[in-house]
Amino acid sequence: MSVAPTKRSGEPLFTSAEWDFALLKKVYGAIEEIAVNDLQLDTYPNQIEIISSEQMLDAYSAHGMPLMYHHWSFGKIFAREETMYQKGWSGLAYEIVINANPCIAYLMEENTMTMQALVMAHACFGHNHFFKNNYLFKQWTNAEAILDYLAFAKKYVSAAEEKYGADQVEQLLDSAHAIMEQGVFRYRRPPRPSRAQREERLRRRQQYEEESFNDIWRTLPNTARDMNADEQSTDEEEFIGPQTLMNLPEENLIYFLEKHSPTLRNWQREILRIVRNVAQYFYPQIQTKVMNEGCATFVHHYIMNALYDKGLITEGSILEFLHSHSSVVFQPGYDDSRYYGINPYALGFAMMDDIKRMSEKPTEEDRDWFPEIAGKGNWRDVLKHAWANYRDESFIQQFLSPKVMRDLKLFAVRDKSEDPVYTVAAIHNELGYRRLRTTLARLYDLATHQPDIQVVGANLAGDRTLTLRHNRYRGIPLAPASRDAVLKHIRKLWGYDVVLDEPEETED
Amino acid sequence: MSNFIDRRLNPKGKSLANRQRFIRRARAEIKEAVQKSLKDRTVSDFAKDQKISIPTKSTKEPRFRHDPGAGGEHDRVLPGNKDFVEGDQIKKPRQGEGQGRGKDAASGGEFEDDFTFTLSQDEILDIFFEDLELPNLIKTSLKEIKTYNWRRAGFTTAGSPNQINLVRTMRNSFGRRLAMRRPKESEVEPLRQRLLELKCGAAPDADKREEIEELEEEIARLEHKRRWVPFLDPVDVRYNAFEQQPIPTSQAVMFCLMDVSGSMGEREKDLAKRFFMLLHLFLKRRYERLDIVFIRHTHDAQEVDEHTFFYSRQSGGTIVSTALEEMKKIVAERYATGEWNIYAAQASDGYTQTGDASRCVDLLNQDIMPVCQYYAYIEILDEREMEVFSSEESGAELWRAYRTVAKQWANFATKRIAKPQDIFPVFRELFSKEAAEATT
Repeated sequence: MSVAPTKRSGEPLFTSAEWDFALLKKVYGAIEEIAVNDLQLDTYPNQIEIISSEQMLDAYSAHGMPLMYHHWSFGKIFAREETMYQKGWSGLAYEIVINANPCIAYLMEENTMTMQALVMAHACFGHNHFFKNNYLFKQWTNAEAILDYLAFAKKYVSAAEEKYGADQVEQLLDSAHAIMEQGVFRYRRPPRPSRAQREERLRRRQQYEEESFNDIWRTLPNTARDMNADEQSTDEEEFIGPQTLMNLPEENLIYFLEKHSPTLRNWQREILRIVRNVAQYFYPQIQTKVMNEGCATFVHHYIMNALYDKGLITEGSILEFLHSHSSVVFQPGYDDSRYYGINPYALGFAMMDDIKRMSEKPTEEDRDWFPEIAGKGNWRDVLKHAWANYRDESFIQQFLSPKVMRDLKLFAVRDKSEDPVYTVAAIHNELGYRRLRTTLARLYDLATHQPDIQVVGANLAGDRTLTLRHNRYRGIPLAPASRDAVLKHIRKLWGYDVVLDEPEETED
Repeated sequence: MSNFIDRRLNPKGKSLANRQRFIRRARAEIKEAVQKSLKDRTVSDFAKDQKISIPTKSTKEPRFRHDPGAGGEHDRVLPGNKDFVEGDQIKKPRQGEGQGRGKDAASGGEFEDDFTFTLSQDEILDIFFEDLELPNLIKTSLKEIKTYNWRRAGFTTAGSPNQINLVRTMRNSFGRRLAMRRPKESEVEPLRQRLLELKCGAAPDADKREEIEELEEEIARLEHKRRWVPFLDPVDVRYNAFEQQPIPTSQAVMFCLMDVSGSMGEREKDLAKRFFMLLHLFLKRRYERLDIVFIRHTHDAQEVDEHTFFYSRQSGGTIVSTALEEMKKIVAERYATGEWNIYAAQASDGYTQTGDASRCVDLLNQDIMPVCQYYAYIEILDEREMEVFSSEESGAELWRAYRTVAKQWANFATKRIAKPQDIFPVFRELFSKEAAEATT
């Protein structure tokens, strides 16, 4: 640790592991002081909720959200987590933090006071700052409205269950979940109706259904009634028009089906929209795992050390903190039984800590690689700029330094499916730094591991076959079993046949 | 800015709805897994929470996934390099040799691991006893002891003051006052003010005197009416009413009868024990109160505690009828049939003193079966015997004698067990819904 020995003059805020609300507030104040005045973080107001371990398990299961519609898949996650926890195979997270305004952080009651301090610094300032400032979150998520929206979603889904039967809703959600990853807008964001507009539309739909219900229609042959319904429901929004009007190709499968499926009923479209909005809400989080966790870890590390330097926490506390911090940023090697991919906490923290190091104590190498950072002492600005304007892929491409690559002993392996061997493509040496960095950055680009599937055609004049295309990334095909299962789900939503093209050659 | 909220007292179990949906979804697989896991488990510990694994068939959530093994090329970056240099080649593990279970493997290939989670005791028992039914449950449950519970029963016009329902009372009062046009205080008060003004003012002239008189009259009329229509009248008052509601308490007694003579070895006793435990668990779910009476016998019988029943040895001959006598005595002493559902399970290796079997039949036919809800006789054989007695009809003396009882009484069942694996199927057969219907 590169902490300059200063006089630790202050009186420790706490000396035992016990905590109470008055103490939490006091410590929060001390943390806020450092976060705002020293690190100059800009956060949403915090809402800190103390919960028990059972409640933490509950929170786990629904993407960590306090509100969620019911679905068996959340129960499945819950059952697994509960078992893992009860058998002692995994601990619980110390906190969960939700990208909302105010920013909600859950703290476990079992945490010691030191851990509560760590968690507050981590979640209430690290994550919170990132949520509020990162461009992806700003652009794609609506922190003000998310909880309201989830409340609406939950109510809507359970009302639908009551009205149309739990099985129907479950099947619909199953199908929608299957294409959740293909249910986000990657490049554009559709104009978002306000909540009022949304409710208005909903009201209109319900009203229409109620108005158009006429018992006498039941006695007529089906076709007459369907035609009538079709005629009335084709406002511009749900217009099933020729292909040009459907804006093909379309990358957001759920959006396409929601708008253009010939068979879905209105409530089903609304539920698709709910799933799509949830997927979109989490989309930035998937793209910024390293940065988000790195930011939070860097912030808690800095703040805890600053508290210690001021004498506000005891040596016992800082040792307890270092113990848990080092296990959070532990990166086992590829041949270790504990290895489970690159730890985003470890990589993010290492990179951000290295930016601080370069800015304060640069080496010759740093001056070559990062002339705009090395020795300039401006790490606060650099980090804030990075947190605001990068995602994992671009951040790694821009800021991964040779020292971090050496420390983590990174190496790249190329796997060509027709070769009988893997080839080591680059290692952490002068020759390989740049290629290694680019390779790693590429791996954090979602496009490389989420298959790129688009709607390319819908034969509305003929047999209504929907055509999808998988644009292969570097020639990698889809796994056949899951592909067929997902296609079955899409068929259910579309109502007619669905084919998937998987051309060998793709432009990359 | 911050806001601390203590949520610890909020209800937990928010995931319950989702968990139930999950269990419903995977019902078939869970059931299979539970029954498989129970086969080899000792009965005494199956009623705990337990971990089960189910295939992911019905709970699979398919997604589009890359299959890097099937074509194309991809890169990985790994930490912890020790001795690789650029250009090194690493042999791929052959198909089936088992890939590392790293992140890439999990996201790329299609692993179909079993899904492991913990079922609670209640969930297990629910599944375990799912389509089992108690025979003849209704018959005596009508005769069972009643206890009473107080229950709200609307409102009455009479009652004790501490049960006054203020809301109802005031609502009635208000309605009555409106209907009878009771003058409000606010209507009388201005008149009084005016009167006071007039009286205190300058000497009244004729006009004013007239007004004063009118006012006094009006006030008197109003006040009279206010007295006549009281604010709260006894007819308004309502009391919360409670009434006693009988709660049927179902209670049952289970008799476990076992031969403990030398011919019953550890194996036989163990099998019997498992059957008794299963029956006990099953009955326990149906009855609030369940007594168990253990009767062991050799050439004579006594009631003993559970431990002695299962674990202590006693030597002597085998006279089954003594146990039935003992049971009859205990029923007469302690378990009046009107109040108790009586179940009996008897385990034996099928040997008894020559001639005793007919005594048993008499006892059963005359004394025991008329008061019993259900009587299950389990004969524990070894596997060799099981083959010899493959037909229901053939068997030792006791078995043949009991078969005659079974023909007379629908709620008398006989079964043979040779292996632990037999117990549950036999148990299911004894209590399956169809069997229950057939006997009622």
